[in-house]
Amino acid sequence: MQNNVTPDETETFEPKIIAFCCHYCAFAAADLAGTMRLQYPPNIHIIRLPCTGKVDALYLLKAFEEGADGVMVAGCEEGSCHFTNGNLRAKKRVHHVRDQLEQTGIEGERLEMFNLSSAMGSRFAEIAHLMTDRIRKLGPLFGNESAN
Amino acid sequence: MIVADQKPINEILGMLERYDKVLFVGCQTCVAVCMAGGEKETGVLASLVRLARQKAGQPIEIDEAAIQRQCEEEFIEPLEADGYQAILSLGCGVGVNKLADHFGIPVLPGLNTGFMGHIEEHGVWAETCAGCGDCVLHRTGGICPVVRCAKSLMNGPCGGYTDDGLCESGTGAPCAWIAIYKRLKELGLLESMTETSPPKDWSKDRFSGPRTRVREDVRL
Amino acid sequence: MKLTELIDSGKFVVTGEVGPPKGTDLSDLVKEAKTLMPAVDAINVTDMQSATMYLGSLATCHIFKENDLEPVYQLTCRDRNRIALQSDLLSAVTLGIENVLILTGDHPLMGDHPQAKPVYDVDSVQLLEIASHLGEGEDMVGNELNGKLDLCLGAVVRPIAEPLEPQIIKLEKKVKAGARFIQTQGVFDASHFEKFMNAIQHIDVPILVGIILLKSDRMARFMNKNVAGVEVPEPLVEEMANAKSKAKTSVQIAGRLINEMKDMCQGVHIMSLGWEKRVPEVLAAAGLYELPKKKKKKKVE
Repeated sequence: MQNNVTPDETETFEPKIIAFCCHYCAFAAADLAGTMRLQYPPNIHIIRLPCTGKVDALYLLKAFEEGADGVMVAGCEEGSCHFTNGNLRAKKRVHHVRDQLEQTGIEGERLEMFNLSSAMGSRFAEIAHLMTDRIRKLGPLFGNESAN
Repeated sequence: MIVADQKPINEILGMLERYDKVLFVGCQTCVAVCMAGGEKETGVLASLVRLARQKAGQPIEIDEAAIQRQCEEEFIEPLEADGYQAILSLGCGVGVNKLADHFGIPVLPGLNTGFMGHIEEHGVWAETCAGCGDCVLHRTGGICPVVRCAKSLMNGPCGGYTDDGLCESGTGAPCAWIAIYKRLKELGLLESMTETSPPKDWSKDRFSGPRTRVREDVRL
Repeated sequence: MKLTELIDSGKFVVTGEVGPPKGTDLSDLVKEAKTLMPAVDAINVTDMQSATMYLGSLATCHIFKENDLEPVYQLTCRDRNRIALQSDLLSAVTLGIENVLILTGDHPLMGDHPQAKPVYDVDSVQLLEIASHLGEGEDMVGNELNGKLDLCLGAVVRPIAEPLEPQIIKLEKKVKAGARFIQTQGVFDASHFEKFMNAIQHIDVPILVGIILLKSDRMARFMNKNVAGVEVPEPLVEEMANAKSKAKTSVQIAGRLINEMKDMCQGVHIMSLGWEKRVPEVLAAAGLYELPKKKKKKKVE
C-alpha cells in the first residue's frame, strides 16, 4: 500500500544526469570503474574536461536547459588539482549557481560537486548511484509543474 | 570604469512576469569588464530566467544580444527589437536610458549601477571617484576625500578612525584622510593638508539637475 | 555666559553633558540638568548623539535657558546643509544661546536610521569659519545680516590617536577658523594627555579635558573595543571590576583623573552618560566643588 503513495512515473523515471569530469581524476576513475566491471547506472553522461576549473556557470545552466535533470561536477580531491586550484574555483562556481537555482525555485540538490582521485573507481560508481537515486526521488526537472 | 551588479534574480523575474518574448541586451564595455552585464553574463542570466520560467510553467522566449556600447547611438542602431514585448538591458543605467530612448518598447534594468571605480583584484572593485565636477586630488595626494571619506570631509579626518586606520562607519573601508596624510607625508607635501579647504561648490556635482558637456569645436 | 569670559577671568572651567530624549518630554532632562548645574559652568546639549534621532539640541537649549541652565549648543554637520546650519546659528542667537560646539557628527550608519542620506555639505572646520563670518555681520556668501551675532565657538579633538598628527593639523585649522575653546574625547591616562598637551603647545586655545564616568568594567571594555580614541588602562578596568560600589569607585576614578590633569589644561568636560547626579561628587573629589552640607543643616535645624 505504501508503495502506491509514490506516483508510478517516479518509480520508473530514468533521469538524465550530466557529469562534468576532470581528465586527471574523475574521468580516469570512471574508466577504472569500467575496467573493474563495477555496475553503475547508465543515467550518467560524462563530459570530459581538462580540469573542473574549466567549468563555467553557462555549462551548468545549459545542461539543464538542454534536458538534464541533474548535473554533477567531479574534480580532484582538494589540494590535489593538477592545475593547483582549478577544483576550488569550480567549487565556488557550483555553489554560486546552486544558490541562483534555489532562488528561482529549482532544487539546488540537482547540482553537486564531488571530489575524488583517479584510483577511486568504486567511489565513482557510488557517486553515480547516489546522484541517480537523488534525482530519481526529485523527479524530472520539468513536466510536473502542475503537481507543484 | 562603471561598476555595476546584477539585480537579485527574483527582482528580475518580477519585472519580466508579464512578458513571454524578451530581448536581453548586454554591453561589452564597462559592465563586461566588471563581470556584470557582458555577453557571458547575459547568456547566464537568460539561461537562468528560461529555466525558472519553464519550472514555473510559464515558458519565456529570450533572445540574447551584446553590443559594444549601449551609451552610443551608433552601436544601438543595428540592433533589431521588432517582435519583442520588452528589452532587458544588462548595461549600466546609462545604457538603459539610451535603449529606452531609442526603442518604443519597455526597457528594464538587469543591473544595479554602482559607481566609478577600479579593479582592486580579480573579482573586487572599489570606488575611487565621485564625479563631483570639481577635482581636488592635487591637494590630497591623489586620494579622493569626496568619495573615499564616508563624510566627504575636506579638511582632515574626523575623530572616528580606528587604530588600524579604518573608517568609523564599520564598512571596513580605510580612513581616506589617514591614507591622504600618509601619502602627503611620503611625498613631502604635508603642508597642503594644513591649508584650509573652503566649502565645496556642490552645484558642480549631480545636485543641480543632469549635467551636460559641450565641446563646440568638435561638434559636427 | 560665554565660556571664554570665564576662562579669560582665570577660572578653571567645568562643563557637563546631557542628551535630549527620544520624544517630547523634557521634564526628566531638565531635572537632571538642575542637579548638574550648581557644580558646572555650562552643559553641552548633544545634537542627535550617535547619529540617532532625538529631540533637537536647539529646542532643548532654549528650554534650558528658560530654566536658568547654561547650555552649550552642539551642532553637527551630518544632518543639515550650509543654508540650514547658518539659519540654526541665527536661531540660536535669537534664543539667547551663547556657546556653540561644532562637530562633524557620527555617520548615519552608526545610528538608528542607517538608510538616511548623510549631508556633510560642509565640514567642522568650514562650519567654524562660516560661524565666525556670521559674527562679522555677513552670511557666508556676503549678504548682510541684521542684528548682532556674538557666539562663543568651540570644537573638539581626539587626544589619543594613532597617528596623532592629523588630529593636531585639524585642531590648528579649527582654532584658525575661530574655535575659542576645545573639549576633548574622554581621557583615562594622564600621561597620554600630557604627551598630547606637549604636542599642541604651539596652539593657543583653552583645552577642556574630557572625562567619561565609568559605569562598570564591562562598559570600559566595550569602549576600549568600540569607541575610537578611548583607552581605559587595564588597572582602571580591574578597579571597576573589583569595586564594591561601582558608583563610588567611578566617582573616585574620575576625581583622581581630574586631579592629575587639571594643572595641564584650562578646564574639564564631564560626560556622565545618565549619571548626572554623580557629577557634583566627582568635582568635589577633584577639589573643584563643595558639596552642599545637607547633614549639618539638618543638625542645625
